[in-house]
Amino acid sequence: MRDRPGPRARAPAGGRLSREVAAQPLEARGITHPGARAPDRTRSVDAGGLALAVHEWGDADAPPLLLAHGGFDFARTFDVFAPRLAAGGWRVVSWDQRGHGESEHAALYNWDADARDALAVLDSTTREPCPFVGHSKGGSVLLHLADACPHRVTRLVNIDGMPSRSRHPDVAAHERTRLLADDLAGWLDHRRRAAGLVRKPGTLDELARRRGRMNPRLSHDWLRYLASVGARRDEDGWRWKIDPALRFGGFGPWRPEWTLQRLPGLSVPMLGFLASVSEPMGWDTTEEILRSYLPPDAEIHTLADTGHFIHIERPDEVAARVLRFLA
Amino acid sequence: MSVIPLRHDKVTLALHALGGAPRGRALLLLHGRGERSPARVPPAATGWPGPVFALDFTGHGASTLPRGGGYTAEILMADADAALAHLERATVLGRGLGAYVAMLLAGARPRAVRGAILCDGPGLAGGGPRPVTPSIAAPAEASGGPPDPQALIELARDVRPPDYATSFVRQASQLSGLDRPLSVCAVERPDWLAAVVEEPGAECTTLAEALAHYATVS
Repeated sequence: MRDRPGPRARAPAGGRLSREVAAQPLEARGITHPGARAPDRTRSVDAGGLALAVHEWGDADAPPLLLAHGGFDFARTFDVFAPRLAAGGWRVVSWDQRGHGESEHAALYNWDADARDALAVLDSTTREPCPFVGHSKGGSVLLHLADACPHRVTRLVNIDGMPSRSRHPDVAAHERTRLLADDLAGWLDHRRRAAGLVRKPGTLDELARRRGRMNPRLSHDWLRYLASVGARRDEDGWRWKIDPALRFGGFGPWRPEWTLQRLPGLSVPMLGFLASVSEPMGWDTTEEILRSYLPPDAEIHTLADTGHFIHIERPDEVAARVLRFLA
Repeated sequence: MSVIPLRHDKVTLALHALGGAPRGRALLLLHGRGERSPARVPPAATGWPGPVFALDFTGHGASTLPRGGGYTAEILMADADAALAHLERATVLGRGLGAYVAMLLAGARPRAVRGAILCDGPGLAGGGPRPVTPSIAAPAEASGGPPDPQALIELARDVRPPDYATSFVRQASQLSGLDRPLSVCAVERPDWLAAVVEEPGAECTTLAEALAHYATVS
């Protein structure tokens, strides 16, 4: 290391940032949030050579349930929700998906890999069938796993993880070609840069504010708490731990009805929650869209005045319904 | 022959300079599923008027074997785009899976790809036009070297809807400035390719004719 001052001396903004960071060396340790509880146990699982971080709440001898987070989240976004399920007598087992949270960053990401990782976590937990609970993309991954391995699941809870969004429905075909071209070029340009990418550093407040753009309905205090567990502190500030190669949006052959088609033949009871308020990370799925896909006895709740992060906005209500459903 | 290492996120790709003429537009060869780049310029391409390169996809040949799988045709397109970044412009000749990737790249980089030639080879059909019964597949045994067994599994399952494929062809037609951005030499016609050959920008021909055609295209 060189001993002369680095970019700090040249960039006033960086200097301010660095002083701020220096003034709060222990802030993360001191940050709490009402009702939030760190996992009772953490462990690592080898998933095809990748190290995945597993987080558990509740009695280690209680019956297990598998809990999956959504894209760009991590298991500790369940710090409020999971303890409520644990208090109902469950061993709640969640994990950071590859590239997210404490888990290893992977060279490759796809749907099958996420389902395979989920099965590795499940195998490391129990060989008996157990309930699956998933939010957003985690809900879809567990729906996929329930279809692939019906012998491993007893009940399925899906929290706004049934897709329906079709992009650009009102754009003419010749304009859509241009949009696809821009999406593709943007994604390929991102891949060309990916090797050198690092997440932007900041204070916990800055990270919370940035995340607030994607989570406009969640409180700054909560997002700041999330930053304190989902970011790491580098010399020049805090950075989200998520793999910088991961990126919103994109393209590909996948279409929402492929996931919806897993629903009608589901072999276990299902409880679903839907948001009623549209927001950037939301999937905008309605009961109307789902009607023809749902298995006969599915229980669906659309929560009034609630966005995509239903279990974070209404942890008590969602946990109580889930516990009743699993009882 | 020399190997040029190319960085694609966490993977180092092997781009093989096989020979050919020192100047002129490059011909980029993309191998099929489970294959690797040839050691020398294939006989069909010896008349190409520029340098000839071949890329090993992630998990294949001399490129990195990543841990944990997660292969998609789209990420292999980004592999090929790393080669394109190095070559600037190229005519792309793909076998099997590499043919599908060449078609994707022709649509995604219409100005840089000066013609894509689609030939028979392993992995041409992929996983078919729609998802099949989901299953969680793990390799029967760990493999010491390439190809990555997880690549062999996943790249036999990737779904290739015909209308998804044709959206790339239309984009190549609209944005490449070429009359026929795609030449199809493959005899096998999985659903995606059967739809592609119906598009105005795709022409069914022989490999020799296709190479001769793109050799003259600016």
